[in-house]
Amino acid sequence: MEVAIVKYNAGNICSVMNALERCGVTPILTDDFEVLKRADRVIFPGQGQANTTMTYLREHHLDTLIKDLRQPVLGICIGMQLMCRHSEEADTDCLNIFDVDVKRFQPTNREDKVPQMGWNTITDTKSELFKGFDKPEFVYYVHSFYVPTCNNTIATTDYVQPYSAALHKDNFYAVQFHPEKSGSVGERIIRNFLDK
Amino acid sequence: MLAKRIIPCLDIKDGQTVKGVNFVGLRSAGDPIELGKAYSDQGADELVYLDITASHEGRKTFTELVGRIAREINIPFTVGGGINELSDVDRLLNAGADKVSINSAAIRRPELINEIASHFGSQVCVVAIDAKQTLQGWRCFLNGGRLETERDLFQWAKEANDRGAGEILFTSMDHDGVKEGFANEALATLASTLSIPVIASGGAGRMEHFRDAFIKGHADAALAASVFHFGEIGIKELKDYLRKEGICVR
Repeated sequence: MEVAIVKYNAGNICSVMNALERCGVTPILTDDFEVLKRADRVIFPGQGQANTTMTYLREHHLDTLIKDLRQPVLGICIGMQLMCRHSEEADTDCLNIFDVDVKRFQPTNREDKVPQMGWNTITDTKSELFKGFDKPEFVYYVHSFYVPTCNNTIATTDYVQPYSAALHKDNFYAVQFHPEKSGSVGERIIRNFLDK
Repeated sequence: MLAKRIIPCLDIKDGQTVKGVNFVGLRSAGDPIELGKAYSDQGADELVYLDITASHEGRKTFTELVGRIAREINIPFTVGGGINELSDVDRLLNAGADKVSINSAAIRRPELINEIASHFGSQVCVVAIDAKQTLQGWRCFLNGGRLETERDLFQWAKEANDRGAGEILFTSMDHDGVKEGFANEALATLASTLSIPVIASGGAGRMEHFRDAFIKGHADAALAASVFHFGEIGIKELKDYLRKEGICVR
């Protein structure tokens, strides 16, 4: 199986590569259009700021390429947020794969820090991405912006309010948490994505 | 609900884990990757690896170790020790670290916090503070606790927060190695004045100490070394205990 990871100006890509290696897959990190189109699976990961990453994608015409992909695609963290319509982070228009807008956490309680950093549970899971999950599992999060629940929500997490832990539409999947850092639970989610 | 985190800390010298008691007298506690994996399997939420080697050769060995940790460990890990400039941060993040912890360098040149936050994001920037109660109140110390500064713990923590730190790792030198509990009052003050998570460090001896750091100290995470390294507290047992005490843990 050929797994391609979208190469762009986001950080923390190597941890996704390492996680795939642990799952027995050697991914290709690339911005080559042909390789991305041909791959069996595409992963769109990273940490970064919405506006600078979106500008980079447009300049390199990766925005239209990602939208036109037909194989299963998995967005992770900023990848998921960029797949939405718009982000409050620097008022950025995004890829509009998911018809929903990204918001900033506005805590009303002192205990809720921003960014949310650490392990929280995913509930109401409804997708083959979470095959084999029979109870709420903890996954690792680091983020200041979130996707509200919507028609595409396939898992929710509660922080400040319930929000989308994961999204699915057609061949596009996305998770706000970091499966590559979520221990054995995260590895199961990655395997489910590769197996589906 | 966001879980309270349990973080074992591994001090690394020449590729091996060591632990200082009150910052002096080191005892060996094994292979860093084996130990990290064992902690991860037991349910540790994150790991911290501190490089206590000073030499250039040691730095290189540590960077290689970071690469191996990143390949083998599937939970987040922070690295610290000897980070003085942005290029050190870049080198360690490139090797696969999730976060870096800066201490003396941040007090010497606070702009380093802003630089890390703007280049790599606040989430990678842990500001570690070693502090001790003096007649003037809580004072910050440099160089592994050897050099006293004029800086007040609470003012410095707030400044680090405002400059873009992602977390504060507060070690009470008065409590470290004594095993009689964390500095809960100071922790609670930090928790109420900061908008970022606080990691409690120094003083873990019994499981109740962790409970108190979370309940009385309002800490978001608790870090310890020797109680884990020498098997005095098992992480699984600790989490079972905390769960029974009504604390949300993974």
